[in-house]
Parts: sequence; C-alpha cells; structure tokens
Amino acid sequence: MKNNLLKYLRTEILPTEFCAGCGCGTVLNIFCHVVDEMKINPDDIIMVTGIGCSSWIPSPYFSADTLHTTHGRAIAFATGVKVMKPEKHVIVIAGDGDLAGIGGNHLIHAARRNIDLTVFLVNNYIYGMTGGQVSPTTPSSVPTTTTPYGNTESPFKIAELVAAAGANYAARWTTYHIFHLKKAMKDAIQKKGFSFVEICSQCPTSYGKRIGMREGIDQLKDFRDNSIDIRKVSEYDENVLENKFIVGKIAERTRPEFTESLRKINMKFDEERA
Amino acid sequence: MTRENYLNKLKNQTRFIQGDEAAAYGALYAGCNFFAGYPITPASEVAELMAKELPKTGGYYIQMEDEIASMGALIGAAWSGGKSMTATSGPGFSLMQENIGYACMTETPCVIVNVQRSGPSTGQATMGAQGDMLQARWGTHGDHEMIALSPSSVQESFDLMIEAFNLSEKFRNPVIFLLDGEVGHIREKVVFPDVSELNIYPRNISKVKTDVFGGARIPPMIEFGMGHRIHVTGSTHKSNGMRDVVSLEAHDTLIRRLNDKIESCRNEIARYKEHFTDDMEYLVVSYGASARPSMGAVLKLREKGFRIGFLRLITIWPFASTIVKELGKKANKIFVPEMNLGQISREIERFVSCDVLPVSKIGGVPHTINEIAEYIEKIIVLK
Repeated sequence: MKNNLLKYLRTEILPTEFCAGCGCGTVLNIFCHVVDEMKINPDDIIMVTGIGCSSWIPSPYFSADTLHTTHGRAIAFATGVKVMKPEKHVIVIAGDGDLAGIGGNHLIHAARRNIDLTVFLVNNYIYGMTGGQVSPTTPSSVPTTTTPYGNTESPFKIAELVAAAGANYAARWTTYHIFHLKKAMKDAIQKKGFSFVEICSQCPTSYGKRIGMREGIDQLKDFRDNSIDIRKVSEYDENVLENKFIVGKIAERTRPEFTESLRKINMKFDEERA
Repeated sequence: MTRENYLNKLKNQTRFIQGDEAAAYGALYAGCNFFAGYPITPASEVAELMAKELPKTGGYYIQMEDEIASMGALIGAAWSGGKSMTATSGPGFSLMQENIGYACMTETPCVIVNVQRSGPSTGQATMGAQGDMLQARWGTHGDHEMIALSPSSVQESFDLMIEAFNLSEKFRNPVIFLLDGEVGHIREKVVFPDVSELNIYPRNISKVKTDVFGGARIPPMIEFGMGHRIHVTGSTHKSNGMRDVVSLEAHDTLIRRLNDKIESCRNEIARYKEHFTDDMEYLVVSYGASARPSMGAVLKLREKGFRIGFLRLITIWPFASTIVKELGKKANKIFVPEMNLGQISREIERFVSCDVLPVSKIGGVPHTINEIAEYIEKIIVLK
C-alpha cells in the first residue's frame, strides 16, 4: 500500500541520508502529517533551512519551494521571503548549532521583531554532521570531540530564550511525544507572529553514544522517562529540573506582527494618494 | 500604481543631493522594492533615504540585526519577487561576503552598495577610500565572477544604479556598487529623468516549470510560491537545483557556466570613458572619486604640452581588459591615481607590458590635481 504522505516528499531522492535511529525522520513524518491534517497546499509553503543534519528534514526531502541557505542564516533569508510573500507559510526547520549557535542572533531578533515565521529547532544537543562537536545546547560535563574532558559551558534553554525575546508562541516537545509535538507544530503554524517549537531529538551516531545511549531508542526512552510537564515544574527542586526535559507550551501571546505593521505604513501612503 | 505616481512627481526635478542619496533614488527608479541594511558610516544615508521613501513606492525597508542578516534577507526577498538592495561600508561588506557568494552560486540578482572608507578593520570610519576594489572581486571564497561599478559623480551615482540593477537582473549575479566616501558624501546637482524613458531590464521569469540553474548560459528565474517547488541551494547543484556535491562534472559544469556567463560578456559589461587617447604618449587610468583630480591633472599636463591620455573606468569588474590592453600598446607609461596602495594598478599590470605606476594616496583625503600632475610631470621629465 502506498503511503498517503509520500506525495509531500521528493520521492526521487529517497531514501533519506539520515543515520539509523536518527530523530530527523520522525520530525519529517510528523511535519507531513501536520501539513496533511491542516490541509495546507505545499505550494503555499516556503521552507527555509540552514546547514546541518536537521536542515535536511525539509531540504531536499519536502516537496515545496525550499531555500537551503548558508549556515545559521535561515531565519535571515526567511525574513526577506516573508516580507515579500506574507500570504505564504514560511517555515524554518534547522538544528541547534545552526539556529542557537552561529545563527543565535537572527533567532532572538526575529522573535523580537515578531515576524510571522514558524521555526522548528531540532535540538540534538550536538554538531552531528561534522562529527560530534559541542553545541550551545550540549549539557554541562558531557564529553564531545571538542570537549574531550567534559563540556565546561552551560547550555541555552533555547525555547525560554525565544519566549523572553518576544515570540508569540514558544513550546518544547521531544520526538517521543509525537502527538503533543504534532499539536504544537500545528499551533505554531496557525499562530500569527514568530512561532517556535524546540524539538528535542535523538542522535545516536554523534551524541547518544557519548552519554551512554548507543541506540536511538535509548534516547527516546530517556525523553519518556525524564520529561516534566511545564505546568508541574513548581513541584520540583531546581537541581532536579536541570537534567529534565521540560515540555509544553512556554509562551503564547498576541503582539503585533512585523510584516503587517510594515504593510500598514505602506497602506497609509496609498490612502493619502487616493 | 504608487511607484509610478511617486516617480512622476520626481520627473525633471533638479536636486542638490549626496551621492549616497542619488544611489538610493537610482534604485527607486530601477524598481528596487526591498532594502535590508545595517547602519554604518559613510553609507547610512542610503538606508535612511530608502527607509523614508520605499514605503511611498510600495516597497519595504528592514533594518536587520547585522550585515550578514541583511545580505540573507536580500536573497530571500529576491527569490520571492523582490528587487533587493543593501548598502554598507568596509566592515559590513566583509561580513556580507559569505552570502554574496551564496548569491553568486544561486544566481540571485541583488545590488550591494559599498561606500568605501579607509580600512582595514574600523580604520578611518568617516574618511573615504578605495580600499575594497579587490575585495569586491575576490571577497567571497571560491571561483566566481563579479560585476562591480564605480561612479565618479552624484549624477552618475544615480544613472549607474539603474545600470547596476539591470546588469544584476540580466546576468543573474550580485552587483557591487563601489561608491567611495567622497562620491557618497559630496553634494552635487542631479536631474531626475522620466522613468518611462529609461530602459529597465525586466526579470526573466519562466511561467512554466523549467531548469533555473542550467540548460542555458543564463537560465530564467522563478519566484517562490508559483507552485514549481524549486530547490535553491548554495551547495553544488544540477540544472534542476538538486544537490550534487560529489561529481566532478556537476561542479565543473556549474562553476564554469557561472564564470562564463560574465566573462563572455566582459566587453558588454565593461563601461569606461576615454579622453585624449588618440595622440597620447602617456596614460592615466582612474575611477570613482580619484578620477576627478586625475582628469584635472591630465588637462593641466596637456596645457603644458604633455601628450597624455585619460581612461576612466566605470565598470571595475569584469575588468575593461580589452581597452587597457589596446591603450597599453600605445602608452610609454601608465599612471594610476587611486585611494589605496595600488589595487587596480596591479590589475592593469596583467594586461600591459609598459610601466604601470600607482599614484597612491591613503588617509582619507582625495588627491589634489597638483599632487597628481606634479608626480607625473616629475617622472616624465626625469625619464
């Protein structure tokens, strides 16, 4: 039986190049479900990505206009797209190194600007494509190829950072919580303004093995066993929470959207003329 | 219709404005409808004017968080139907280089104004220079061709900006608009033309699904949202846009075509002005702000009886090698006044066998006529 969702993929380039056990396939799968259930025509979607494993989720696999940009700059490119094509869904899927590391400045400024982009940050806690270097979301003490004696830095709480910067929507889920994640991705696409979902994902090849989880399923079990609903965090001590995945909706608000504000200025000149 | 109304109001008006502002007005005439930038001296006037005027013409201005983002936004806007532009100076131009390379690789039309100031690094922020002539050519990594133009006056800043957009659209390549702090900040008279009398090169958009990264020397473009589901990537790609980063043929075919589409039209793109070259024994070559005292020096030396010609480069890249080669055969020596330590004189050396003498001045103040004339006279007389 042919999978109904294959119509959303560039099937001529399948199978994907993702490693066995990688979470990227799960995210792609859920994203196809989201588009299908929301009945969005892929011709109305413009996918923008950066560099890294997670950027390959939409590009080249998802069959829509796909703009595969330089490392870290997906949101900057997407800003130009959205200003010129405000009627389209402009969706960024990229990784932690890309969006929180080299592109971190664009992320917080887009959130501050509250431009109507949907950003799915697939957080695998590592630079996977380049072979397992420390990333800005790698937990402290974890050994990586560039922190062989353990990570001496602290990670970003990236969804909270985006929420604090002013995004209209911010949430965090994991590749274990596929139904919650699907709902959050729909909410993010629906929500006007800057919408952000951090998707905690497994990387057995470059990250899991460094924390004693050699198979993809090990990290999924970790997500299952160590996630805490954001509404219940007050029940826990802070030092307990540090090693947990705090999942749920972090912010939802209705600040004015950037491209609409731009258009209002232009309309004012149109009216003056008329 | 708002853009036409706006430009009709400007028609035949005479203004006393800066080169930076003239460049911005030129962009509005050329149909620029998207500007993303970041403040920097001496280029901020371009952004300020665009911020004020673009909304009146139905266009959009964004101040981005840095020049890297500005350049990215330009490319995203261009693929979404925008005619996009940014303006910066040396430090910002350095930051833009990676995404300028992306624009070359993805054949994205856009215009980057670099109002040059003294560098390297922060240098003399408020003082003009011509130190980025080679960065404009080779600033981004990898084999690539570049188009760069350099006006010498405020009126030319306006006129040439329309050309910059036209070349960018025609060749599907970024175009670098090399102002210098002097021409950018000087105030001169500009007469605004009737837009209906201008030749504005329309973007070649394919309505049907086709290869937009090959199949022709300059393939047509598409616009996002047309339903063609195009893949745009800075990785080596096939003519349909899909990535192919391992085959020698894919890279060789793509990169040679990208270079060839500019190189094969070198003579068409290379604009210049010749003066007194018929009887010349010596030649002065200059461009931008330095061309102004250079011309004065040539006139002064000719009054004294020296047979000296002048070539003003308007297009910097691709280099006007044909005319330089030709004039190089007639000249005993070539003098090159420029506000750097000899960047374009190096390029001239590649095409001529006579002596090429840089007449360099750095420090943020343009040459005077006498400085150039006296230097040249001393060398000719001492010969």
